[in-house]
Amino acid sequence: MEWLAMEQWSPYICGAGIGILSWFTLLLSDKALGASTSYARTAGMLERLVRGNRVMEREFFKSVTPTIDWQWMLVLGIVIGAFLSATLSGQASIRWVPEPWFSALGTAVLPRILVAFVGGCLLALGSRWAGGCTSGHGISGTMQLAVASWIAAICFFVGGIAVATLLYALPTL
Amino acid sequence: MYDTLRSNSGAQKALGLVFGIIFGFFLQKAGVTTYKVIINQLLLTDFTVLKVMMSAVVVGTVGVHFMHGRGMVNLDVRHGSFGATVVGGLIFGAGFALLGYCPGTVAGAVGQGAMDALIGGVLGMVFGSWLYAVWFSKISPFREKGPFTHARLQDVFHIGTWQVIVPLIVLIVALFWGLEWLGL
Repeated sequence: MEWLAMEQWSPYICGAGIGILSWFTLLLSDKALGASTSYARTAGMLERLVRGNRVMEREFFKSVTPTIDWQWMLVLGIVIGAFLSATLSGQASIRWVPEPWFSALGTAVLPRILVAFVGGCLLALGSRWAGGCTSGHGISGTMQLAVASWIAAICFFVGGIAVATLLYALPTL
Repeated sequence: MYDTLRSNSGAQKALGLVFGIIFGFFLQKAGVTTYKVIINQLLLTDFTVLKVMMSAVVVGTVGVHFMHGRGMVNLDVRHGSFGATVVGGLIFGAGFALLGYCPGTVAGAVGQGAMDALIGGVLGMVFGSWLYAVWFSKISPFREKGPFTHARLQDVFHIGTWQVIVPLIVLIVALFWGLEWLGL
């Protein structure tokens, strides 16, 4: 069982595994892999804690109900699965500023957290705006041969490459 | 035979959790729950993310369309538009680069202890989703602009499903071969 403790598996093997997983999610659950909607449901659940059922006055939460569903459990499962995998290979540890940010952009925690927060906001806005994320469009939609998903996936990378290149060019300016 | 299982909401939540654990395990073993791997993909020095996604597409599309041809699974192909897909996709891309994780891999990063993923990423995503809910009526009309003429690749090229899948797989395998040849 040494392979379970390996730090990394071939990306092709992992990708193929995710592909096989996608057969079973469609077959047994009638659902495609996706993640981003769960954050929107969580936002609705939190607003409900504060404002009660007035949250349902928002048109958005009538279609994306603030409830725990299949995909919400999937995202929770991702946390657990990654924890198991990282623990088996001894990679699980609390870290605040990752590489290569640490060497290129500084060791301070606050700037990293603030940029990550802004990034998270844009990621969620963009997911809802485009109707999916790297899983929903990038993997599930593309394999179903959806035009919108292929274009979305290309735009994810075009926007991502542009902003990442700018961000990491900052120290040299 | 699957209808009873598919409509059993308790069983589905349990299945969702099990599928998620497997998904998270593969994502972590592939390395894509690590900031470095994702940012280096966007800086074009490491192509792990693309390899994982495109391998999933190759394997996934064959099985999914095989089953669909036999009426075993439903597909859910939605129409896109310039206002939704392109604009939303570019906003997503900006967030992808600033956060250094995507909505699925950020959950995996939390699982391996990345606090920037939890305090920055997950909180940011919940807040960003809430902003979308608040601005929903203003954004929605804009998303209708410039609808795409076709929903499926088959309709764009006026060919059958497998006539799209076979060349697509050839292209993706050629891409893999090219990346390995370049040492990326």
